[in-house]
Amino acid sequence: MASNDSAIADTFPRLLIRNARLFGSRPSMRHKDLGIWQTWTWAQVLEIVRAYAIGLHRLGLKRGETIAIVGSNRPKLYWSVMAAQTLGAIPVPVYADAVADELSFVLAHADVRFAAVEDQEQIDKIQSVQDRLPKLELMLYDEPRGLRDYDHASLRSMDDVIADGRKALADDPQPGVWLDAEIAATKGSDPSIILYTSGTTGTSKGVVLSGERSIKAASDTVAFDKLDEYDVALAYLPIAWVGDHYLNYAQGLVAGFCMACPESADTAMSDLREIGPSFYFAPPRTLEAMLTRVMIRMEDAGALKRKMFHYFLGVARRYGERILNDQPVPLTGRLLYWLGNLLVYGPLKNVLGFSRVRVAYTAGEAIGPDLFAFYRSIGLNLKQLYGQTEAFLYVTAQPDGEIYSDTVGPASPNVDIRIADNGEVLFKSPGQFTGYFKDAAKTAEALTPDGYVMTGDAGYFDDKSGHLKIIDRAKDVGRLNDGTMFPPKYIENRLKFFPNIREAVAFGDKRDFVTVMLNIDLTAVGSWAERNNVSYASYQELAGHPLVYDMLARNVAEVNRSLAADKMLAGAQIKRFLVLHKELDADDGELTRTQKVRRGFVAERYAPLVKALYDGSSEADISTEVTFEDGRKGVISARVKIRDMAPASAMENAA
Amino acid sequence: MRAPGGSQGGREAVAGDILLSVEDVSLSFGGVKAVSGVSFDIRKGEIRAIIGPNGAGKTSMLNVINGFYHPQQGRITFKGEARPRMRPHDAAHGGIARTFQNVALFRGMSALDNIMAGRTLKMNANFFWQMLRYGPAMREEVEHRHKVEEIIDFLKIQEIRRTPVGRLPYGLQKRVELGRALAMEPELLLLDEPMAGMNLEEKEDMSRYILDMNDYFGTTVALIEHDMGVVMDLSDRVVVLDHGIKIADGTPDEIKGNQAVIDAYLGVAH
Repeated sequence: MASNDSAIADTFPRLLIRNARLFGSRPSMRHKDLGIWQTWTWAQVLEIVRAYAIGLHRLGLKRGETIAIVGSNRPKLYWSVMAAQTLGAIPVPVYADAVADELSFVLAHADVRFAAVEDQEQIDKIQSVQDRLPKLELMLYDEPRGLRDYDHASLRSMDDVIADGRKALADDPQPGVWLDAEIAATKGSDPSIILYTSGTTGTSKGVVLSGERSIKAASDTVAFDKLDEYDVALAYLPIAWVGDHYLNYAQGLVAGFCMACPESADTAMSDLREIGPSFYFAPPRTLEAMLTRVMIRMEDAGALKRKMFHYFLGVARRYGERILNDQPVPLTGRLLYWLGNLLVYGPLKNVLGFSRVRVAYTAGEAIGPDLFAFYRSIGLNLKQLYGQTEAFLYVTAQPDGEIYSDTVGPASPNVDIRIADNGEVLFKSPGQFTGYFKDAAKTAEALTPDGYVMTGDAGYFDDKSGHLKIIDRAKDVGRLNDGTMFPPKYIENRLKFFPNIREAVAFGDKRDFVTVMLNIDLTAVGSWAERNNVSYASYQELAGHPLVYDMLARNVAEVNRSLAADKMLAGAQIKRFLVLHKELDADDGELTRTQKVRRGFVAERYAPLVKALYDGSSEADISTEVTFEDGRKGVISARVKIRDMAPASAMENAA
Repeated sequence: MRAPGGSQGGREAVAGDILLSVEDVSLSFGGVKAVSGVSFDIRKGEIRAIIGPNGAGKTSMLNVINGFYHPQQGRITFKGEARPRMRPHDAAHGGIARTFQNVALFRGMSALDNIMAGRTLKMNANFFWQMLRYGPAMREEVEHRHKVEEIIDFLKIQEIRRTPVGRLPYGLQKRVELGRALAMEPELLLLDEPMAGMNLEEKEDMSRYILDMNDYFGTTVALIEHDMGVVMDLSDRVVVLDHGIKIADGTPDEIKGNQAVIDAYLGVAH
């Protein structure tokens, strides 16, 4: 534990120096390269970052300037962040899978002169929009492959820059002294990083965070979850996302733990297993995909194994969570659970890479109660948190032993939460942002007169547990024409808890009744089709299959029943639904980069379908433009059927 | 796809030394003349395509080059050394590797092990140490593994490293096969229809790897391929066979305009 020290070290470069002093020979970073895990200690990282910083300085990067960071989780990109911060420059990470347009918006808005990028792919993308980036001078790359024939006037290899800095430091003591003075000159209140929001609510904004506040927030949560230099995390989520910067980078520097970078995005799951992290974060989507895979593989297992698996999952459901929460459990329950751990839970956690996980978090969207209970029952200490880029992540988090699937926990340490009259959640947090980059007007809009940040989320404190419950985006909660409350996301999430449904979009605000568009989950429905001899040639055909419609209709009916049970929402039952012919995709702008549905955009894009949902027709034609990964465009057209739903019987009882 | 500044469509001519030359080679099976009196050469560092309609003798020609068949007449000069008949073993030792028209991998072994198998000829430690997997044999294995990992990285197949190849889709199996041939660090690589049965995306990937391989490792490539688009884009020079006879030889542009070639493919009006 080193959080006492971090009170003095109020910038990341100073934390790095402290870590090299305190845990010099402990691993700071790992990366699987050429099939072997390479390790760098804190002392080595400090040496590299200093050399890199000098190299960048010699190329002309100055205090206060911005540098873009584009690529997947790789040590050299994290070192680029550290080296920039060492010089007092401001790193601006950008989502690696952003298409050229999005990329050029952020790079131009942030005024970057330098960009540290992963490989040829990113360089090609940036060069394709170079005419919109007059200020961009130089790109530094990690992976030289494919770049041999490129014009190197505006390209440098990171290795060369580091080597150049290293030589300068070795030749002459002066640059080293200068660098120490630069580190000392950086104030804790200076901007430390700019994180662009994913744009759930319109174009993305640059959230400016200061070193001092970031470190204060991270110190609180490091203490909250008792993280120390012996912990390990796998950095597999986008560098540009606040979650990665907070959970791995900031907490890693504060606690001194080791951050492991996977070999590639495709190998992240097997790397997870090899590294065996002790601190883990996964969005509900990832957890769900993992569970689906396990369940599908169990279907193929032998009868004995399958029986054993399901029997012990039953045991886990009965006793697992109570054991994890330290609640009383009968002796037979403990014995059975012990046996189950030996035969099923232990091996299963090992396969998933969870054997050593001490603390795991999930956030980003609502998690299904069954999904949440599954992981907790097999002994994974999975908790929920609620956060925002503007808060530098944590607003609330569930403490060990106080876990509920439908709440996000009480306020995090030193966070102050208030619920506005319209139900909106407001907060003040230690890591709170200093403003939006170059946008004072938006900054003012996001704050209340007394300095609270408006989250835009509607929520309330649960009477029973005292935890915060988030229902929906405050501005999305609408009303049907008869005045019934209509929380679209709440309905969508209920639907998405079914493994068959990957995405749902609900309509109903200022309408007579509620309708939804569904996306099937190809893994789950495809496997169902295989088992039931349903043949199909494409996603589109499977999505439109009458048997698939029947199956989804049963799921919708179940959601209607649960809505009918709630007096407030009984009128918001789903009357009609359709299954979309294509998957909603971030490349087409239908989802944000963090995979959240952009409801308004979808309504516009599929306007003929929305119209058909409300005019009583039984099918509708639609053709949509799709964007491929390389930016080319194509058109998909289809005839989509619409299914009517009878209101749930419980409705009469409730009404 | 090529880098800025690179030539558009077609490639710059390679004027290397002659690596392999085939002179007046004839091969027949009983009364069937598979190849008769064919001569051509392959220069160091070039991509050389052999094309022709079905049954033209293309695969026979490759089999002659790597010593699987022995021609009844003619001779083959490889790296300045002429021999009337080459044995497959000599060819492999001499630096000729190949892939096959159908996939010929060990289906039950992982991608990694399959590629490792391509290093067999480079293993020098004696049987005793290899049995113990200790001492020189271990050191050697580490070295070979490093080389193999470079190939895995080059072909971007990290995620299937441990997957038995029998479970992989066809396109990836072909890529593993290319990896195994590359593991021999060949001077001349013979590819027999590397893109047969692939979809457009897989073809593009494979073309990219062949070009990159030629670029980075300087591997000379001789390939048989039916997709004319691929042949014209990839190769430096093309030799055309029909009924076992060479009917044309030249750059892709020359071949495109060659009347004999057009006739061979489309037939002649009588």
